[in-house]
Amino acid sequence: MAKTLTQEFVKGLWDEIPPFRLVLGLCPVLAVTKTVENGIGMGVATTFVLVCSNILVSMLRKVIPSKVRIACFIIIIATFVTVVELVMQAFAYPLFLKLGIFIPLIVVNCIVLGRAEAFASKNNLLRSILDGMGIGIGFTLSLAALGAVRELLGSGTLTFWETPIQIMGPSFQPFTFLIEAPGAFVALGLMLCIMNLLGKK
Amino acid sequence: MGDYLVLAFSCVLINNILLAQYLGNCPFLGTSKKMETAVGMAFAVVFVLVMAGLITWVINTLVLVKFNLAYLRTIAFILVIASLVQFVEMFLKKSIPALYAGLGIFLPLITTNCAVMGVCLINVNEEYTFLQALVSSFAYAVGFGLALILFAGVRERILLARVPRPLQDTSIALVTAGILSLTFFAFRGWV
Repeated sequence: MAKTLTQEFVKGLWDEIPPFRLVLGLCPVLAVTKTVENGIGMGVATTFVLVCSNILVSMLRKVIPSKVRIACFIIIIATFVTVVELVMQAFAYPLFLKLGIFIPLIVVNCIVLGRAEAFASKNNLLRSILDGMGIGIGFTLSLAALGAVRELLGSGTLTFWETPIQIMGPSFQPFTFLIEAPGAFVALGLMLCIMNLLGKK
Repeated sequence: MGDYLVLAFSCVLINNILLAQYLGNCPFLGTSKKMETAVGMAFAVVFVLVMAGLITWVINTLVLVKFNLAYLRTIAFILVIASLVQFVEMFLKKSIPALYAGLGIFLPLITTNCAVMGVCLINVNEEYTFLQALVSSFAYAVGFGLALILFAGVRERILLARVPRPLQDTSIALVTAGILSLTFFAFRGWV
């Protein structure tokens, strides 16, 4: 049942797309998707950490003793998260402020640790890179989609590069419920429902 | 004293860690199917969160800030939390094996419970004093437990209801969480 390399990459985009198919890493999904931009920023940061940690874990998989593997994985992940934190602070400060506490919290994003444990520690380098990229891009797409729905209906705009673009006409009454905390849960639940309707499962 | 009460109140209800700050949602959905595991998880989190909150506060103030190592915060915090969880796991395995079996995969996952790490970071970002950090850690943990147990109760009732097929399981759980979150939303503006 060896998958081809393409399948390894593509599975993250639909079959195992987080957070819909793999219900992991929900916190950033709910918290940062008030605007499309935040969602994409968070997705890209997570993808970077995911790919880098997958690379390192895969390379070191024969060296790391299995008893302390989780601790080792977490240190590897934490290192890359620190890199992301410092880079964002230097080059994307407004976004860094908006995402705030959720950047350091990539460390505890179950998706990253989940992939390290379930995939990278058992597969070779190339496959792990593809897996990380697939899952990462899938995650970014989900965040962007959820962000787009919430922002479009909640405030009638779509934000790219810090400039909100007014999409809805002036008579549009923003559905602010979606921007607030309860709306995040409901929007994600309904999107999951739509995914279930479309999917084969 | 009054300040601490206000802080505790706002951490438990107004800024509820699960439903208003969106932290710790994986165990929230994962362990809430049964009341028993929800209660176990709630207590495990209270225990770990209070200890982690205090230890990370001490490390941050006495080591990281003092020696200008604030950029190592993420790594230092996660290490403290990971070792604490390991300790709780060993303790439960020895003394309460039934609970240990019930919590299953979610116990090691407290390490990656963003509520724990999140509260530690909030304590540092808000520049709380030691006592404030103690109160906020405990109150956040209680808020977590409260929301989790309430939610588990609701979910047990959902099992009896007829849910449309595409909405089943996680999907309906999220919508329910949204409604629960709406009730906590009502506390906003009290303080």
